[in-house]
Amino acid sequence: MSQEQDRSLTLAERLGLRLHVLICTGCSNYRRQMGILRAACRRFGSGGTP
Amino acid sequence: MDLDRQRELNALRPDLLRFARLQLRDAGAAEDAVQETLLAALTGSQRFESRSSYKTWLNSILRNKIIDTIRRQSREQSVSSLADDEAGDDLLDDALFDRGGHWQDSAKPGRWADPEASFEQQQFWKVFEACLDHLPAKTARVFMMREILGLETEEICKETGISSSNCWVVLHRARLGLRTCLETNWFAGAGT
Repeated sequence: MSQEQDRSLTLAERLGLRLHVLICTGCSNYRRQMGILRAACRRFGSGGTP
Repeated sequence: MDLDRQRELNALRPDLLRFARLQLRDAGAAEDAVQETLLAALTGSQRFESRSSYKTWLNSILRNKIIDTIRRQSREQSVSSLADDEAGDDLLDDALFDRGGHWQDSAKPGRWADPEASFEQQQFWKVFEACLDHLPAKTARVFMMREILGLETEEICKETGISSSNCWVVLHRARLGLRTCLETNWFAGAGT
């Protein structure tokens, strides 16, 4: 999940990840958090914080 | 209209300095990067309508100065391996995952409600900064090069002298540490 932010995953990796996330709620939350983290970093880096 | 630049610069300087210190973890180098940014800002001739667009512009200059500093540092001194950051990794794993590699109940990631609303609160960014600052120095360096300065992993590998697989491990560690810190200190508490 971390690596999908840094490189394109192979088809097998994508499928495996999708299946796993379906049965693991902690993991799907984690994946969502990775997106939020990235958005926060962008905002922070561009000086767009209040 | 144009802003009173000198006044705005003075007002924004502490923010810029804090940002540079967080990235570089070296007060002298941070001070230099901010000085160069202010100098570049004063000689620029662009006009800005608002403080926030001015701040965005200053931040982009500062980000470039920080990247220059990191490149210079990596030429001047060989960046030692990341080994000394890794001591705490096993402890973190034990706290988060059981023997089968599943999330411990107490550590299971929650659903972070309405991140946009959090982004509008100054207190959230204080927690965010503290969490970044709390990461081990070299882990933080790699993570911020990737996510805040926006470099590709290839270049990060080159500048830090670590392999790409090591780089991915370090980034994973940083994200795991940061999300745990944010969940504990913000999203699980009164912040949401």
